[in-house]
Amino acid sequence: MADSVLSLDGVSLTLKGNAGDIEILKDISLSVRKGETVGLTGPSGSGKSSLLMLMGGLEKASSGRIKALGHELTLLNEDQLARFRMRHVGVVFQSFHLIPTMTALENVATPLELAGRKDAFDRALSELENVGLQDRVDHYPSQLSGGEQQRVALARASAPSPDLLLADEPTGNLDTANGAAIMEQMFGLRDRKGSTLILVTHDSEIARLCDTTLSLHDGRLETLKATAL
Amino acid sequence: MSQWPVAVALARRELRSGIRGFWVLLACLALGVASIAAVGTVRSNIEKGLIDQGANLLGGDAEIELSYRFATGEEHQWMQDNSLSVSEIVEFRSMVVTDADAEMGQALTQLKAVDDRYPLIGEVRLDPPITLTQALAENDGVYGAVMHGDLINRLQINIGDSFSLGKNLYRLNARLAYEPDSVNVGFALGPRTLVHANSLKDSGLLGPGTLYSTKYKLKLPRDLDLEAYKKDAQSALADSGLQWTDRRNGSPSAQAFVQRVGAFLVLVGLAGIAVGGVGVASAVRVYLESKTQTIATLKTLGATRRTIFIAYLLQIGVMITLGVGIGVILGALLPWLFEPLLAEQLPIPIKRSVPILPLLEAALYGTLAGLAFSLWSLARTGEIKAAELYRIGSSRLRRFPPPIALLSVVIIGGLLVTAATLLSGAPKIALWATTGMVTTLIALGLAASAIRLISRALARGRIVRGRTGLRLAIGSIGGPNSDAESIILALGLGLTVIATIGQISANLNKAIIDDIPQQAPTYFVIDIQNHQFDPFIEATASFANLTKVDTAPMLRGIISKINGVNAIEAAGTHWTLRGDRGISYAQTPPQDTIITEGEWWPDQYSENPLVSFADEEGRELGLKIGDVLTLNILGRDIDATIANFREVQFETIGIGFIMLMNPSAIASAPHTHIATLYTEGDQEQDIFRAITSKFPNVTVISVKEGIERFAEILNGLAAAITYGSGATLATGLIVLIGAAAAGERRRVYESSILKTLGASRRRILISLALRATILGTGAGIVAIAAGGTAGWAVMTFAMQANYHFEFLSAIAIVVAGGLVSLIAGLLFALAPLNASPSRVLRSPD
Repeated sequence: MADSVLSLDGVSLTLKGNAGDIEILKDISLSVRKGETVGLTGPSGSGKSSLLMLMGGLEKASSGRIKALGHELTLLNEDQLARFRMRHVGVVFQSFHLIPTMTALENVATPLELAGRKDAFDRALSELENVGLQDRVDHYPSQLSGGEQQRVALARASAPSPDLLLADEPTGNLDTANGAAIMEQMFGLRDRKGSTLILVTHDSEIARLCDTTLSLHDGRLETLKATAL
Repeated sequence: MSQWPVAVALARRELRSGIRGFWVLLACLALGVASIAAVGTVRSNIEKGLIDQGANLLGGDAEIELSYRFATGEEHQWMQDNSLSVSEIVEFRSMVVTDADAEMGQALTQLKAVDDRYPLIGEVRLDPPITLTQALAENDGVYGAVMHGDLINRLQINIGDSFSLGKNLYRLNARLAYEPDSVNVGFALGPRTLVHANSLKDSGLLGPGTLYSTKYKLKLPRDLDLEAYKKDAQSALADSGLQWTDRRNGSPSAQAFVQRVGAFLVLVGLAGIAVGGVGVASAVRVYLESKTQTIATLKTLGATRRTIFIAYLLQIGVMITLGVGIGVILGALLPWLFEPLLAEQLPIPIKRSVPILPLLEAALYGTLAGLAFSLWSLARTGEIKAAELYRIGSSRLRRFPPPIALLSVVIIGGLLVTAATLLSGAPKIALWATTGMVTTLIALGLAASAIRLISRALARGRIVRGRTGLRLAIGSIGGPNSDAESIILALGLGLTVIATIGQISANLNKAIIDDIPQQAPTYFVIDIQNHQFDPFIEATASFANLTKVDTAPMLRGIISKINGVNAIEAAGTHWTLRGDRGISYAQTPPQDTIITEGEWWPDQYSENPLVSFADEEGRELGLKIGDVLTLNILGRDIDATIANFREVQFETIGIGFIMLMNPSAIASAPHTHIATLYTEGDQEQDIFRAITSKFPNVTVISVKEGIERFAEILNGLAAAITYGSGATLATGLIVLIGAAAAGERRRVYESSILKTLGASRRRILISLALRATILGTGAGIVAIAAGGTAGWAVMTFAMQANYHFEFLSAIAIVVAGGLVSLIAGLLFALAPLNASPSRVLRSPD
């Protein structure tokens, strides 16, 4: 597919557990186009987050091929994957995962610094303004509310203008109002920066907002429904 | 209802998980207690050995020592009548000459002349194994002698070779392998030569005024009341100026030495306990942080703050008891392993036993330190609220505990300082050292806060922007939940001890090796008889490179009374009152004399005896012009009035007498002269040989060799204390490793996020290494500041010497700090580097 930014071909993931190998994902194949928003849904334990981790190069597939933005992820080593994420990927987690020893501004500036951007802090400040946290730049994560922490995480993920924005249940730890605000900002980001957005969610309302919804069950991609093209 | 049963039940349940999470606490306390217990055990065993072997070490049940004279007929008679047996010994320094013209042909020796009854108790061991009687016997008009191996090696002679002492010739018949009544642990110039007392006749060695001492060893019935016997002797020989020793403390100098070194090592051990305390505080904090959810749940279920505090105090109390117990057992066992090694190194008998008191002392220090440091963290359990259960992210405890807990910590700390002061055996030093440790801990705590504040400011500053590794490192140091305090306190205190020893040792070495020899004479010459004085001056005049010769008449005397009152009772145990001191006389003030108070006596003064006293020592004794000193010189009491005080410079090792008298007071008493010879160039040995061959009875002491010997002893002591402080550093390392281990989960988490954001493993490793190195270097810098201050205080106030900051020792400390911290940090870098972000960060599906 000419404008595909991400494609998975026969991807499986097997993890070693105490009781033996566990097949998390089984023979997944899919393709995502540039600028598309994809919702990953499914029951707990179906493999949604694992699939998202594979897409971001945060997990290595046991078999199959994953191609993202011209990179064959399955062939890259750990540091090459880190550089790939630095240039192309932003991730938002359910538990925010801000670095506790850094202020909001430092958290947001870090990926820009890693990318060698001279304007890292100016840009980080601007991103925090975009999410309405200009008054919280010097606060540590422990001094911020859950909603604020997730906004910082979103600012951090979007600061390098990633081609691929991955979100793992970004509203899972937030109340309804904060969750709605985060989703609004996330979709706004897609509109502003043209990023491809893939998000894991249990919320059918959020899934409905996505161009495509993929449903996982017991590690298999059961349905592939394009809700809007 | 009492909260104790519930608290005990809670504690018991929590303890079911065993010692997991407590290994740092246990290791810190066990190591600190073990080092103090081991030192105390060895000290106690040596002291017991000294007491058990008292008679052997003394060579008799009691000893009466007289200075510069033999016992009179009456004194002899008293000793014969009141003992089972008496042995007479003469000791003095002399020159052994094998070949007056050879470079290695002369050496200083501590000569001991014995009678047929020596030794009354114990035995002399010789190599080859002949009897002492055989070894010292006269054969063909030549007396036999035995020598210490060091002297034989130095003179490069063999068994059967001849040498002279004074005018007499001797034959070396054996090497002295063991001398029962000579425990030499301090400063002594010249190894031993043993000869028969009969051989001294006509040797010319014991002229009038010669500096010798006679020792009368007495064999007494075993059941004799020694204290009563001592009083009898002192009363019967009242004006003899005798010095008494008996088997109850057969070697006072060895006992004092062991006590002093032991006290120093216990103090170094206390520094180890303080470092361990930091580890305890850190371990308790980490443990309580891991129990936040449990405590919050307990509070939700209705547990009061008091119940929770008691429950966790009990848990920590059990762990403290366990740690202290392990330390006590190790401390009792270690000496058993190392005593054979020690026995080889020390010329002191060691009794094998497990003494209870030193073990209890170590346990007391460990328990108090464990309690004081754990209370700091324990008191903050009250801050954990039930609401923690509903909060996201980890909770943080406040920096300082509540005031009541702070007060408890201060009280327990005060008890620890008091115990150390009372029990260590060196109260003044213990008080200074423990105060220094507390001050250093406070300074290190402040420094850690400063480093955190600076790091926080720097992490936000432009200077580190773009340097991600550095910013991550200093951000981590300055940010919340930083372990900077633990690392800087633990490593810093250990390094401070070593830095202090390093600074003092380097300064003393500099003073002894570099500074003193520049002003000191080359040789000290003693025992120049009156009739030899002019020939001696003539002999020295022939050497062109002899730049200066100072001479002075010398007698020895004891200050027995001050204004008619016993001197010790009047002025305490000042060093000038312990034993005899050199006394000289002069008509006019010696060259460059500075009189600080009073006036010199008029020319030709011949009235009542007057004395000029050293200014500083006079002030320390509380003396004033007009005070009357009773001086016992050669058994005769002379009352001398203080006419003036003058400055005396002892540090130049020139001729400096505490007391100078007017000539008419003492010039007619038998006396000798001393001289100091200052040389330039390389004719030193020629002068030495010329004097020793021309004046065989005169003793020439090389100041350089004396200084080297002194420096050797000093360095040995410094090394012993440095090894002792190794336990402190080891404890510091455990605390570091503990901190690194406790922070491992956090760093795995952080590096997972960084990997997600695109950081390579190299970058993460650099950041971790930088962080550890910055903290270690910071601890090193604080340690050299604290060690430098302590070194300055010791040199300035205790040693009264100049202090120079020693850069080499300081740089070594900073580098060591950085390296130790780096190693501890890197030991735990593997997990963060290999962390899988997916496993750490993903939400459960």
